[in-house]
Amino acid sequence: MFRLDGKTALVTGASGGIGAAIARTLHAQGARVVLSGTREAVLAAVAAEIAPDGERVHVCPADLSDPAAADALVSAAEVAAGAPLDILVNNAGLTRDGLAIRMKDEDWNRVLEVDLAAPFRLCRAVLKGMLRRRAGRIVSIASIVGVTGNAGQANYAAAKAGMIGMTKSLAQEAGSRGVTVNVVAPGFVQTAMTDVLSEGQREKLLGGIPLGRMGKPEDIAASVAYLASDEAGWITGTTLNVNGGMAMP
Amino acid sequence: MSEIADKVKKIVVEHLGVEESKVTPEASFIDDLGADSLDTVELVMAFEEAFSVEIPEDAAEKIATVKDAIDYIEKQKAA
Repeated sequence: MFRLDGKTALVTGASGGIGAAIARTLHAQGARVVLSGTREAVLAAVAAEIAPDGERVHVCPADLSDPAAADALVSAAEVAAGAPLDILVNNAGLTRDGLAIRMKDEDWNRVLEVDLAAPFRLCRAVLKGMLRRRAGRIVSIASIVGVTGNAGQANYAAAKAGMIGMTKSLAQEAGSRGVTVNVVAPGFVQTAMTDVLSEGQREKLLGGIPLGRMGKPEDIAASVAYLASDEAGWITGTTLNVNGGMAMP
Repeated sequence: MSEIADKVKKIVVEHLGVEESKVTPEASFIDDLGADSLDTVELVMAFEEAFSVEIPEDAAEKIATVKDAIDYIEKQKAA
């Protein structure tokens, strides 16, 4: 079950904790993976860790804040892999937190650009081929805050909520061609992003999680692998909340 | 038949998987050739690529039949 042998996947933001875990899991399930991100050295290290012999793993750096980068990345990934993309995982994202009354336009725009417009452009770029081939999987990594909102994250929550709405629309457009488009919305996952929390903040956080622990990147990766598999062929437009029970929308 | 008409017909046959004899000038992509809305968008994109023309959205909406497509492309090419 859930094998991805013979499939080719592009994972953006693969240098981060969750992205690297997604790439590792898809690779372990048999997929050929293309790792993208801005930090080339980190990507190379992740690639070497996934497959020391370089088997079925490729690195394609890209800065998705450049509007032209998405189309170029899809082409580069397909050339590097020597195969069309069967799976796109939109995982790259960034935050520029701050209360709305003090939020600068550039912080709003940058988050919307990288976390919403770039995933849209990547979806558009891969969909052309997927629709023609009558197969494909798109999984976008949103966040629980896209569903619940979060003080200090108006921009990030808007982008992630936008991702969910976009996914539902694309799912309707692509459904007749057997292409599925879904979202995984993680809760609090132990990564560099959450390591900065104080002990008090952490305790309070855990109190709100029925399963009593922070998520591991592997928890997210497993959901992505499932949605990317043939077995998930009748699921589209959905948001899979992977958050330890913190929110049950 | 013009070269453009031939090429349009070939693209339609390939894309929609219909018999060549059905691709008459009057044939409607949706009503006669079994295309859905996504097919028509993909056809327009295929035409754009094959003929190196840009077909804006409002023009694309008016392309309903094989003849519509041929006429539009011929006009663009003549311009």
